[in-house]
Amino acid sequence: MSGTFVGMPVFPTAARAALGDTQLRHNLAHATGVIRAKRAKLVDEVEAAHAAGAPGGWEDLRLAGAAVKQRALDDLAGQLELLEESLTKAGAVVHWARDAAEANAIVARVAKSHGADEVVKVKSMVTQEIGLNEALEAEGIAAWETDLAELIVQLADDLPSHILVPAIHRNRAEVREIFLRRMKDVGRPAPADLTDEPKVLAAAAREHLREKFLRAKVGVSGANFAVAETGTLVVVESEGNGRMCLTLPEVLVSVVGIEKVVPTFAELDPLLRLLPRSSTGERMNPYTSTWSGVTPGDGPQEVHVVLLDNGRTNALADQVGRQALRCIRCSACLNVCPVYERAGGHAYGSVYPGPIGAILNPLLKGTGEKQTDSLPYASSLCGACFEACPVRIDIPEVLVHLRTKVVDGHRGDFPPKAEAVAMKGAAWAFSDASRLGLVEKASGLSGRVLGRLSKSAFPGGRPTAGRLAGPAVAWTGARDLPAPPAESFRQWWARTDGGTRPDSTATPSSTTTEGETR
Amino acid sequence: MSAAREAVLGRVRSALADVTPTPEPVVPPITSALSAAPEGHVLDVFVERVEDYKAVVEQVDAEGLAAHLATLFEPGQRVVVPAGLPAELAAAVPVAVTEDDGPLTAAELDAVDAVVTLAAVGVAETGTIVLDHSAGQGRRALSLVPDRHVCVVRADQVVADVPEAVARLAGAVSAGAPLTWISGPSATSDIELDRVEGVHGPRTLHVLLVAADTVGPVS
Repeated sequence: MSGTFVGMPVFPTAARAALGDTQLRHNLAHATGVIRAKRAKLVDEVEAAHAAGAPGGWEDLRLAGAAVKQRALDDLAGQLELLEESLTKAGAVVHWARDAAEANAIVARVAKSHGADEVVKVKSMVTQEIGLNEALEAEGIAAWETDLAELIVQLADDLPSHILVPAIHRNRAEVREIFLRRMKDVGRPAPADLTDEPKVLAAAAREHLREKFLRAKVGVSGANFAVAETGTLVVVESEGNGRMCLTLPEVLVSVVGIEKVVPTFAELDPLLRLLPRSSTGERMNPYTSTWSGVTPGDGPQEVHVVLLDNGRTNALADQVGRQALRCIRCSACLNVCPVYERAGGHAYGSVYPGPIGAILNPLLKGTGEKQTDSLPYASSLCGACFEACPVRIDIPEVLVHLRTKVVDGHRGDFPPKAEAVAMKGAAWAFSDASRLGLVEKASGLSGRVLGRLSKSAFPGGRPTAGRLAGPAVAWTGARDLPAPPAESFRQWWARTDGGTRPDSTATPSSTTTEGETR
Repeated sequence: MSAAREAVLGRVRSALADVTPTPEPVVPPITSALSAAPEGHVLDVFVERVEDYKAVVEQVDAEGLAAHLATLFEPGQRVVVPAGLPAELAAAVPVAVTEDDGPLTAAELDAVDAVVTLAAVGVAETGTIVLDHSAGQGRRALSLVPDRHVCVVRADQVVADVPEAVARLAGAVSAGAPLTWISGPSATSDIELDRVEGVHGPRTLHVLLVAADTVGPVS
């Protein structure tokens, strides 16, 4: 069974460890680079068609995708009731789950009612979120992951590190070693002459899993979309493992987050165009399956759908953060994020890593817990994630909003945080001109001293302040703070009468660059 | 679990107290220049894009379809023919395996060499074929478990892009039919983002594109 993220350290601690792993950084840089290039090429292709006279480009498609998801969310209660009605009419059994424990119990109950001691699983983020595999294991039911990357993660007793490519942190040699060592413990062993060629490794996974597919009684899936109007669930995949799990078992249980609703079948269109291009960098993924409840004579004849909240209504109640529920789990934001590319997915301590994870986790779980509270800060706010997002989630806006929530949560702390003390001090100084003058004098003095002592300078010659002491040490550990100018603007104004008197006094070297811009 | 239902819906309603829903469906833009292109060009792009995903595509005359189909198999190969496949196509495979005497088990399907199906829609922009599993296309497992899928697509079934495909398929979905959208053979990029064709679904996809209006399912 895979491990869990419970008890992970805060982001800066976990990221520091990840940054020290050169193999991991190599694997990540390669993989994110490849996938970014593939996506960019297809976005350009859509744009080129637009320039040739077609109505609508990539941005129009993003707007449509965002509008569809937003429309569903704005009327979520009505859409969910409609979905339930359509599913029931189509022969599915609809269950509701407030949290992970309820959802897990429903899946376990269904499996047990058929005497199953194993289930085959389609790759699904939501079942990882609720820890379904571990919950089933506790009930004596083995949950077999069938996506290649999930299989690698499961066999290695590892954690996923990417939404789309959970084993992105592993290279081919590592995968070969995992298959040779572990496959024999849970089923058909890997062939002894296994090489590290991806084609050979994929073939080994095919052989290993086929016996599980053919004998499986119960399949478990998530859903990429759930169409309210028709009661249709949609699974988007590549390998065919999804089709196997959705088609061959007698019983199918799908765990669906309530935010997956799409109002009408026609409105799936922009999402089906956006998702594969943003996700795997393909015009279309190899397989998309849609099904509406039970199809007589075709596929599972007993179909269950579990509609799951698990914090989604918390996110929905947050007026700034609710847009995160538009997420279609494409992982484009991970691939373009400079922080993710270097720190990798494990550092985020959640099945949802990267920029979307940095907002989704606090929105679902609420702020106030140390690890979760560290996530909104795992960003330089560069905005690349917003630009890449196919459903236009303004991730930087939500990050800043969540930082505010985290800070608000510490307003009454005693002793106060260093940042709060600094802000109080700044408020004291800026609220009165004579106080500000005093602070400026002190700052100018320290600037003269620090400027002389400084061993490094910014381009242009302005000296840096070097490493600060006290609570500020962590901040300057990774950044250069300019040495304070020896003269403040107000001092300069008084001395030169707003620049009308000749600037005769030679100013100390530390203000050279400022002098140039006057 | 009706308590859970009421709780979840109640939380949703109170979370959205400040929001007014939009009743009108979103009308997405057409993004492919192909939507305005002549039919011949659309078919060329369909062929190019299906091939792009390492599938085999051949354009065949309707009259020569059955004879050509016969050349695709080795003697003695067992091929699943779904109910509703035109009789001349079913007769063209070396050993036809049918479900006339009841459904095949997954293990029995695993033991056949190939499957021949018709399709519902082809999408040029994305190189996709869509099955709605009506007559001549078989239930979903038939085009999944065998290692080779030969799919007959009529030229008049090929549309420019996803919006037109969704419009054509809406009726089947409303009637409760499942859909399978297929873009090339099964594939994975899970190891170092290196694309490998052929995992769990058919490792070979063979598309036969035939002139319009000539091949249809039989009831």
